Amino acid sequence: MIWDKKAECMTQKQRESLQLERMQKTVKYVYEKVPFYKKRFNESKIKPAEIKSLADISKLPFTAKADLREGYPFGMFAVPREQIVEIHTSSGTTGKPVVAGYTRNDLAMWGEVMGRTLTMIGANQNDVIQNCYGYGLFTGGLGIHYGAQRIGATVLPISAGQTKRQLQVMQDFGSTILTCTPSYALYLAEVAEEEGITAKKLKLKAGCFGAEMWTEKIRDEIEKRLHLTALNIYGLTEIIGPGVAQECPKKNGLHIAEDHFYPEIISPDTLEVLPEGEKGELVLTGITREGMPMIRFRTKDVTALRRGKCGCGRTLVRMDRITGRSDDMLKIRGVIVFPSNIEKALLEVKGVEPHYQIIVTRPQFLDEIEVKVEITKKMFSDEVKHLEKLKQEIEDHIEEKIGLRIKVTLVEPKSLPRSEGKAQRVVDMRNFK
Amino acid sequence: MGELKQLSVFAENKPGKIEKITKALADAGINILAISISSSGDFGVIKFIVDKCDDALKKLKEAGFTASLNDVLGIELQDRPGGLHSVVQALGNRSINVENAHVFVAGSRDRAYLIIEVDDINHTRELLKNDGLTFYNS
Repeated sequence: MIWDKKAECMTQKQRESLQLERMQKTVKYVYEKVPFYKKRFNESKIKPAEIKSLADISKLPFTAKADLREGYPFGMFAVPREQIVEIHTSSGTTGKPVVAGYTRNDLAMWGEVMGRTLTMIGANQNDVIQNCYGYGLFTGGLGIHYGAQRIGATVLPISAGQTKRQLQVMQDFGSTILTCTPSYALYLAEVAEEEGITAKKLKLKAGCFGAEMWTEKIRDEIEKRLHLTALNIYGLTEIIGPGVAQECPKKNGLHIAEDHFYPEIISPDTLEVLPEGEKGELVLTGITREGMPMIRFRTKDVTALRRGKCGCGRTLVRMDRITGRSDDMLKIRGVIVFPSNIEKALLEVKGVEPHYQIIVTRPQFLDEIEVKVEITKKMFSDEVKHLEKLKQEIEDHIEEKIGLRIKVTLVEPKSLPRSEGKAQRVVDMRNFK
Repeated sequence: MGELKQLSVFAENKPGKIEKITKALADAGINILAISISSSGDFGVIKFIVDKCDDALKKLKEAGFTASLNDVLGIELQDRPGGLHSVVQALGNRSINVENAHVFVAGSRDRAYLIIEVDDINHTRELLKNDGLTFYNS
């Protein structure tokens, strides 16, 4: 089923003309309404009227996460706060969160793109959607919720946690659609097995899983253990939340709602726009947003775009599964962590030298993070209890600075691998490739 | 008076770590007279009494270890039942708190010493001066 055949299946030519019209309108709108953009456009010596084709978007400056932090809290809003009917924030732990403001029209558009998303995975008004994404400032919970309401499905706003209760509800209410992070889906499957609940006793048929990187291997595992079709969902707070892109059951990429979110792929090094099919950083422009339109927002997510009609009938461009980041951002159990901030905290502890390694693993379903720190002459004491205290001091300081407790392990000097004199700082063993 | 020196080396709590340290000492022709290990989860500190402590420290540092030399107090133990008890009793009577302790047999093989780590060696020696104890003196 396709929710909005006209929008999702139009020809490339029709769509390009619609995109251009919306892009021109948005560029003019933000230039007039958001001082930040006016200043940026002026600095780049570009006037809205110079956007004459879709390709002209490359003349506009990029917007980064840091710009949103700088404008905290409402600096990026294009309307007075009074016209904002809902606010969400990102899940970062460092500094100020990213704030997203939605007008009534933005919420309607969000419901619409999420309606498409849920229809794409096979949901309709007969379905019971168990929504385990968190409700609150995080966009996941309410994003799915608005889509579910739009298509008229029965939504269970249950959030994550209380897993046994989740399974009870799943059986008693006959949930058919599951929405959560892939790691939580696997955790649900494990608890179900422990409780003797076979997948056949459940009525699940499909699910959209996202908010963290995952792999085909994890997909196979979820599908096998929960007896459903597991599909990939993509979105980010800065743009709208979930609803930016969704994979259809053909499983050959995620369809971007490009009539609302204009995608480009750039080289993170040269910042040049790359041709179709080339791997690079995804850049998105919200061309129908009212409360907070983003112009050329650098997602830092690495992917490639693929054109051509999909077997599902949609003509919307497809993006590959995200395989990495163009910056060093890590997501640990859904929380954004920058290794550079861990380093900063580490070096603030007396005697610590920058010989460390951050190791991220996922022993089963939950991420674990550990920092190995080489012991130095200044740190060394012949008393084990002093070393224990030092280790704790480092853990406390990192927690204070980044908001996450990270296990610290003291290791021998020169024991961490160095390549060409430069240590490999982050070892992510979760394998998303 | 030459104070007894103890060599402390940092080691991760992993198989083969002590071996690496003892190999470095053996290669340098250093004789180990006593060893003690205090560990805490992922790591530990290995303590040695050796015959040539300055050489040992130099060699270990060259081999990339984090190590240090510290003064410790050696108290002679009588080779009879209650020998250790009488020393410990004296320490208790003087309210001396011992951080770490182990035993070492002197190079001459005829005397054993209780090695104790205390905050202030001179003060401790002063406190114990009338207890009839014999201290190690190199």
